[in-house]
Amino acid sequence: MENKDFDFQDNISKALANAQLRRNLKFAMGSMIQKRKALFSDPEELEKLRNMGSAIRRRALSRLPELLEQLEKKCTENGIQVHWAETAEEANAIVLSVMQKHNAKRMIKGKSMVSEEMHLNRFLLDRGFHVMETDLGEYIIQLAGEKPSHIIAPAIHKNRDEVGRLFHEKIPDTPYTEVVEELNAIARKTLREEFYKGEVGLSGVNMAVAETGTLCLVENEGNGRMCTTVPPVHIAVMGLEKVVEKLADVPPLLRLLTGSATGQLISTYFNMITSPRKKEEKDGPKEVHLLLLDNGRSAILADPQLRQTLQCIRCGACLNHCPVYTRIGGHAYGFVYTGPIGAVLTPQMEGLKKAGDLVTASSLCNACEEVCPVKIPLPEIIRRLRNENYDEKGLASGHGCGKTLAETLVWKGWELVNRHPGLNALGTKMAGIFGPLLPETGPLKAWTSVRSKPQFARKSLHERVKEEGVDHE
Amino acid sequence: MNNAARERIFARLRQAVRQGAVSVPKPESLTIPQWNQKEKVEKLKKHMEAVRAEVHVVPSANWTETLKEIVRKRNLSTLLYAPETEIGNALQSAWNTDNSGLPALCVYEGEIEGFKEKLFGMDAAVTSTLGGIAETGALILRPDEKEPRLMSLVPPVHIAVLEAGKIYSTFAEAMEKGAWAKGMPTNALLISGPSKTADIELVLAFGIHGPKELIVLVLE
Repeated sequence: MENKDFDFQDNISKALANAQLRRNLKFAMGSMIQKRKALFSDPEELEKLRNMGSAIRRRALSRLPELLEQLEKKCTENGIQVHWAETAEEANAIVLSVMQKHNAKRMIKGKSMVSEEMHLNRFLLDRGFHVMETDLGEYIIQLAGEKPSHIIAPAIHKNRDEVGRLFHEKIPDTPYTEVVEELNAIARKTLREEFYKGEVGLSGVNMAVAETGTLCLVENEGNGRMCTTVPPVHIAVMGLEKVVEKLADVPPLLRLLTGSATGQLISTYFNMITSPRKKEEKDGPKEVHLLLLDNGRSAILADPQLRQTLQCIRCGACLNHCPVYTRIGGHAYGFVYTGPIGAVLTPQMEGLKKAGDLVTASSLCNACEEVCPVKIPLPEIIRRLRNENYDEKGLASGHGCGKTLAETLVWKGWELVNRHPGLNALGTKMAGIFGPLLPETGPLKAWTSVRSKPQFARKSLHERVKEEGVDHE
Repeated sequence: MNNAARERIFARLRQAVRQGAVSVPKPESLTIPQWNQKEKVEKLKKHMEAVRAEVHVVPSANWTETLKEIVRKRNLSTLLYAPETEIGNALQSAWNTDNSGLPALCVYEGEIEGFKEKLFGMDAAVTSTLGGIAETGALILRPDEKEPRLMSLVPPVHIAVLEAGKIYSTFAEAMEKGAWAKGMPTNALLISGPSKTADIELVLAFGIHGPKELIVLVLE
């Protein structure tokens, strides 16, 4: 991911100062929490479902190599062409080669977080291709030149006035309106044209079934079905962890996904694709390509605790319930995946050196873990990665990157003082005398900018016990 | 295909999967509720109406009359249908008896490449369904050469015919009873309502890219 000047603190300050953003987020996240709660009204049933969802994902990950081989075999038998990419660059090159093979200039895209991870739009636009996002939220942010701020609702940070102004400015002959239905109608009209003309359709994959070689897509708008049915070529891009063992695994995951994401019993469409257009069939793509992307995932699999990150089904519930995300929004996170899941996934994919700051974006309130449909212990992984930032014997890429000489010395000093009673007594005495004199600048500045300065007691507890004794019943 | 990348990925995965081995719990599976046909029809209707599908429960003997009323009311001029199917034949004979004020019956001619312009201009399409799902409210479709995939997507009105006896309690039951694992078609679909979006301020609005209206005729 291109993100060289990622300054999390600066992003956070800017987001917190943006009153409009905070109003938009507060309303939207509150509403999404309510919808989920209304749908999962029976806690026992929900718990049963979550146990199933978690087990299905854990089982799939524990057999990942064989399931991927089976998926590849089944897809190939069904006529789907399977590609493997280790990195985003390789994945982009594969997409490019398919476009070139068909002499295609126009791509229509259904919503795909993996394509965001690849920065595919920029890659193809730079090479002169016409690339169009067709999910309404994605379309809005493409027009605005932004990145998605939420996994499920990518334009959730914008309100209707902002969308109205954007459409008015960017779509020719479009008068300003702030009526949502009218805005939707404008998008429908503009994008129908794109569906009609699209030469290659690209989509993500919500889950792929190894047993039958079936790609499953969940959506409400119908743009995903358009992209995977109208153009003669369909490219599906998928993180390699998204495979499940069998069809019977699909219904519980679907219930969990739509319920957790949008509080729906089921989405408008559940689209199961198993092969390209067969002889005699009249529509559907003549070629279907499945692109499986690693991009750091296989390394995450190697640690039993960190592996649980890969159970994620991308519902976004942890974002909606996170006290940090709901105040700063997705853009502040600086990378494609945001919120609690982004805070654990991104540092593992990009390395702690680049993205290790993200794990600070948590109050460890545990809300994310409580709502996670597949029971990922997000706070536990956040704490683990916080430690790894300073742990030279860690496992995650870039572990120990936060360690500095000054900090090492401070802790060594701490250790020394606490081992020797004399030094300890001297230290607490000094703290009592000099502590109140510490200036609110230098090392204390970051702390005191939002908190009051620590108050040191004049006398240490040891001294008081010596003088006053201990009251005992 | 980049075989070197594939080999490297698999080498890493095989090692990682051994290294990070975890226990996999075996939870109890979800029970399939035993609802009778009447209950299943009611549930499907309730759930689908909640997401703005229009559901009519009609006697199977004269469903084409209900269909005629529906299309007349909407002043449609074209209706895409699949000839040589059970419902296609029924439609044809119903139209032959009396087609006043009714849309012209149109056929999906040849492959999409040659039919695209006409398809994008159609007012409505009528399709069969493989069944329904009571628990969540959804139709099951398995488009084929007679009823291509885009019939249920491109025209602004989609009319679906569902036999009440083919409503399953849950999606899992439909898969199990239909032996889906033995072989999947090119495309299988669940459809629960007209296309919708809530991407602007979470305001729910119907009719974005797919059909603006979904009309279900449940034949009893």
